[in-house]
Amino acid sequence: MRDIVLNVNGKTRHARIEERTLLVSLLRDTLGLTGTHVGCDTSQCGACVVSIEGETVKSCSVLAATLPDGTAISTIESLATSDALHPMQQAFSECHALQCGYCTPGLVITAIDIVRKNPEGLTPDLIRKELKGNICRCTGYLNIIQAIMRGAAAMGVPTLAAEGEAQ
Amino acid sequence: MNDLRDRFTGRLEDRRFLTGTGRYVDDITLPHQAHMALVLSPYAHAVLRGIDTAEAEAMPGVLAVLTGADVLADGLGPVPPFFMPKMWGGPEGYATLRPILCTDRVRCVGDRVAIVIAETRDQARLAAEMVAVDYDPLPVVTSARAALEGDGVPLWEDNPTGNLSCSLEMGDKAATAAAFAAADVTLHRHFLTPRLAPASLEPRGCIGHYDAGEDRYTLHTSSQDPHGFRAVIARNVLKCAESRIRVISPDVGGGFGLKAHMHPEDALVLWASRRTGRPVKWIATRSEAMMTDTQGRGQEIEAEIALNRDGKVLAVRATAWTNMGAYFWGTATPPFYFAMQLIPNVYDLGAVDLTNHAVFTNIAPMSVYRGAGRPEATFVMERLMDEAAAAIGMDPVELRLKNVIAPEAMPFKTATGMVYDSGEFANMIRKARAAADWAGFPARAEASRAKGLLRGRSLISYIEVAGVMNERMELRFEPDGTLTILAGTHSHGQGHATVFTELVADWLSIPAESIRYVQGDTDRILVGRGTFAARSSMLGGSALLRAKDALIERAKEMAAVVLQAEIADIDFEQGMLKVRGSNKALSLIEAAKLFYLPAGPANLLGIGLTGAGTAAGKPGAAPNYPNGCMVCEVEVNPKTGALTIERFVAFDDVGRILNATLCEGQIHGGIAQGLGQALLEAMTYDEDGQLTSGSFMDYCMPRAEHMPAVDSYLLEVPCATNPLQVKGVGESGAIGTPAALVNAVMDAIRPLGVTSIDMPVTQARLWQTLRDAEAGV
Repeated sequence: MRDIVLNVNGKTRHARIEERTLLVSLLRDTLGLTGTHVGCDTSQCGACVVSIEGETVKSCSVLAATLPDGTAISTIESLATSDALHPMQQAFSECHALQCGYCTPGLVITAIDIVRKNPEGLTPDLIRKELKGNICRCTGYLNIIQAIMRGAAAMGVPTLAAEGEAQ
Repeated sequence: MNDLRDRFTGRLEDRRFLTGTGRYVDDITLPHQAHMALVLSPYAHAVLRGIDTAEAEAMPGVLAVLTGADVLADGLGPVPPFFMPKMWGGPEGYATLRPILCTDRVRCVGDRVAIVIAETRDQARLAAEMVAVDYDPLPVVTSARAALEGDGVPLWEDNPTGNLSCSLEMGDKAATAAAFAAADVTLHRHFLTPRLAPASLEPRGCIGHYDAGEDRYTLHTSSQDPHGFRAVIARNVLKCAESRIRVISPDVGGGFGLKAHMHPEDALVLWASRRTGRPVKWIATRSEAMMTDTQGRGQEIEAEIALNRDGKVLAVRATAWTNMGAYFWGTATPPFYFAMQLIPNVYDLGAVDLTNHAVFTNIAPMSVYRGAGRPEATFVMERLMDEAAAAIGMDPVELRLKNVIAPEAMPFKTATGMVYDSGEFANMIRKARAAADWAGFPARAEASRAKGLLRGRSLISYIEVAGVMNERMELRFEPDGTLTILAGTHSHGQGHATVFTELVADWLSIPAESIRYVQGDTDRILVGRGTFAARSSMLGGSALLRAKDALIERAKEMAAVVLQAEIADIDFEQGMLKVRGSNKALSLIEAAKLFYLPAGPANLLGIGLTGAGTAAGKPGAAPNYPNGCMVCEVEVNPKTGALTIERFVAFDDVGRILNATLCEGQIHGGIAQGLGQALLEAMTYDEDGQLTSGSFMDYCMPRAEHMPAVDSYLLEVPCATNPLQVKGVGESGAIGTPAALVNAVMDAIRPLGVTSIDMPVTQARLWQTLRDAEAGV
């Protein structure tokens, strides 16, 4: 067993965990943050994506005990205020970019990261490539791509529709 | 259509999914909850000689280790199929009785052998590894045809027809034979549709809780059909009254047919809870899910078409072998049935002679997966149409136009006994052809050729049958004047909370904010069939309409008392109950509140304002027939086998549109799954029956990069079989897409002498097919 201290969604959280505990289990089972999901166990699907010190990471592939004390982690629960959704969450809703909702938290975290990593601008093709680590079994992705374009615009990043892309 | 889309501002259910506050089964933790792990058969076929649980029982945290012997000792019954083809007028067939834990024999990899209940998930899994099982392997058969040809040891020795459960026959053998004898041209093709994993992103999972004080069970489970689960578990396994079980399906992370029927774990957790006195949770790991989930498709077929040189199709003849796997399980009948019944598609075929053999093999059981037989049927017919067009040198679109059923012929009875109520098939084909610039193809093909690439195109039609079983919906005003929708259907991504609320808000002129949508709880919903097979718009929607009518009739009674008028003189308009010919009026919400006061008119009329409605579909009443047309254009690199989808146009007749954005969302998702079937996905087993596609590293599903831009058009041809005039939409995209993609690929490579290519058309398979064609294989 090991004692760890993490900064999760802006709050200091203490936990006593086994060495083999995955970050996703710590978040879900110990801290009760069940918005981060498990879809595949082999880091293929991206339902468990969270942000660690600003980097998007599949939390099923991280041993929680390996994180230095004080590491900052943000999960889907950190994005909305009681008044308003994050612009990316809002865009997902407006573009009907979610159906069953299971992959959605990982996709929203990934989408925000895509926008931050590409301040020069986004195209649908670039978004397609950037989404290589996420599986959505419901939507067929087209509305997700549109939502990320819309969310990016709302976050102040320019977007460029590729030729032939459905608007 | 665009204005409908512009009005969309999001779904009512979105907020909780977007903020991580959705409630899937694994998000629920009951006090003192223990965990279950499975011991699964590593053999595809074996005699169970014995199980030694001693070592596992001694492991830390273990509460119980239970086997098939315990199942028998406790009198838990085996599970038959949900229903057999006979219920739909098909043959009797051999129905398997599947125990929830195997007792003397395992028949597929992943068959359930024992369970371990422990304090934590990890402890349960570690102890499950220590259960020692003595297997005596038996010969294995994984192919349906081989299982009938004497290669297979019978899986079920008391089945008089060996590994054949039943053979379904449709059509007219003599008329078909005569048509084939008279035809100018006949051709034959062999098609394979591999087994597919529904692979909902939320794996199956459940929590069982037996309350000894109440002598009552609660099952939280990821289900598309909570009442159906309850009925099977109560009647067959626990042998108790259904009312002694409460099934709750909270948010469900995708179903696609996988969760339309119970799996053994749903009963095992309830029993485990009774045995241990603790709530027991089980959540499938992905590898467990791949091994133990029911799969879709799995069909081999020999198909022939007969036609004249002028393009008139005279008949279709086909024999299919459906790989049922080890059990006839769940809702396996619909795909088995529809794979034949929908072969005529949108065409006036003359005669058909169709046979489908349901065959037992040593792989996981087959059941419904989005489309459920309709993609198989569409694939057969549309592949044959393109091959026939090539054979007689006719434009494949013209061939289709020559054979489609005309709108004036409605209602039209097909050669397989379906009665189509509506559809503008030729109109749709012409519109799709124009939208996809069919005429501009030669120039595009030339441009591709200049780049060293092959270009191919296809136009396919599909038809769907939607609206099975009956349904019930209820509306209930609460004492404060808010309204609750109690739905018998079950949304797991489809957006029912939004659509049904929009409908009711519009009908009653009350704000959506004052409407609450409830589903997925057998204690709160009297009865329901859940959601699958694109049934909810027609059956849920029509039942909801009748619930609204019943509610208004009851509200009029209150208005009559309060306004001192005759009930017959009261009209309901825009939220108001008005006395005809006067300005006396009472709002519906005020009337509702009066129904709940501790004294007053409620004393006379009875307390409470509710309305319930019912709608019925197939069998017994008419379903609806969503249909559509797809145009696909692909480019193939003949050197590498790389494939790109250059154009994809989808026209879908969904009847009256309830919410265009949600319809298109369903169509996009269906197209993605159809694309997966055509190009990427296959559940595969080696000759020993070992699963070789047991994780998301081996089973390739579409990602964003695979998905082409889709031009989606919705066509509103009102349905004649229901008051809302709606047709289903949930399966549409998945039905036509495999045929559209494979036909486009074939169009590109047919000039090289290729006559057939099997799904999935992976790059490797395409490359090999091109090399074989070069070598003249």
